[in-house]
Amino acid sequence: MDLKLDHHNEDRLTIVEVEGEIDVYTAPRLRELLIDLVNKGNFHLLVNMEKVDFLDSTGLGVLVGGLKRVRAHDGSLELVCTQERILKIFRITGLTKVFGIYASVDEAKEAHGKDK
Amino acid sequence: MATVELTFSALPAHVRTARLVATAIARRTGVEESLLDEVRLAVGEACSRAVEAHRAHCPGEPIRIELKDDSGRFEVTVSDQAPSDEIKQEQPLDLGMLSDSFMSGFGIAVIAGLADDVEVFPSPKGMRIRMSWPAARHVPTQA
Repeated sequence: MDLKLDHHNEDRLTIVEVEGEIDVYTAPRLRELLIDLVNKGNFHLLVNMEKVDFLDSTGLGVLVGGLKRVRAHDGSLELVCTQERILKIFRITGLTKVFGIYASVDEAKEAHGKDK
Repeated sequence: MATVELTFSALPAHVRTARLVATAIARRTGVEESLLDEVRLAVGEACSRAVEAHRAHCPGEPIRIELKDDSGRFEVTVSDQAPSDEIKQEQPLDLGMLSDSFMSGFGIAVIAGLADDVEVFPSPKGMRIRMSWPAARHVPTQA
């Protein structure tokens, strides 16, 4: 399955909807979107990965790159993910300590609201 | 069981094909369903690393995958022809040192975390990554 990307803003948060496979072939499109959002002043990103079928280390690299960019503007990049097959790669690589990972968009929004 | 061999040019689009072939043969070989995600991800990581290495050093050369059922184990070997003398040592995770292109050494770390048995053979003539998983049940080789 190819990669589908969409995004919308809710208050100060930009929610990025990702669907499909994030790998060495498709990850550059996600990278471009994250760079574009940051360049346009969106510094608080929430990436919804609930419809992601596959994620490899190339995709992790793109997410880490996005995190570095938003942090340069005192921003945040957090994830919504409950799929064990995707969470496993975050655990193996230790990136669960780097990203905020939430069970739902609402849960992330609530946590983000408290941080304001 | 007969070995299945696949060669592909160093294009990112072909990595997905390699993943699909490996997963299909793993299933056919009797690898448990619960392990198929690990096979798919580990083979994808090995092929992604090989594609990136070829694109940097020898974009015209093909990458080779060998898949076989050997004594109750499903074995995958991914071989590239890009020079690789050493493997980067694991370092503590520090966001500052990570970049978009950090996946090269990271991919092997992911494979090591996924495959039941992994061997990495770097050399000036290319890297060979061999990984295997248990193939629980015997599947006849004839249809």
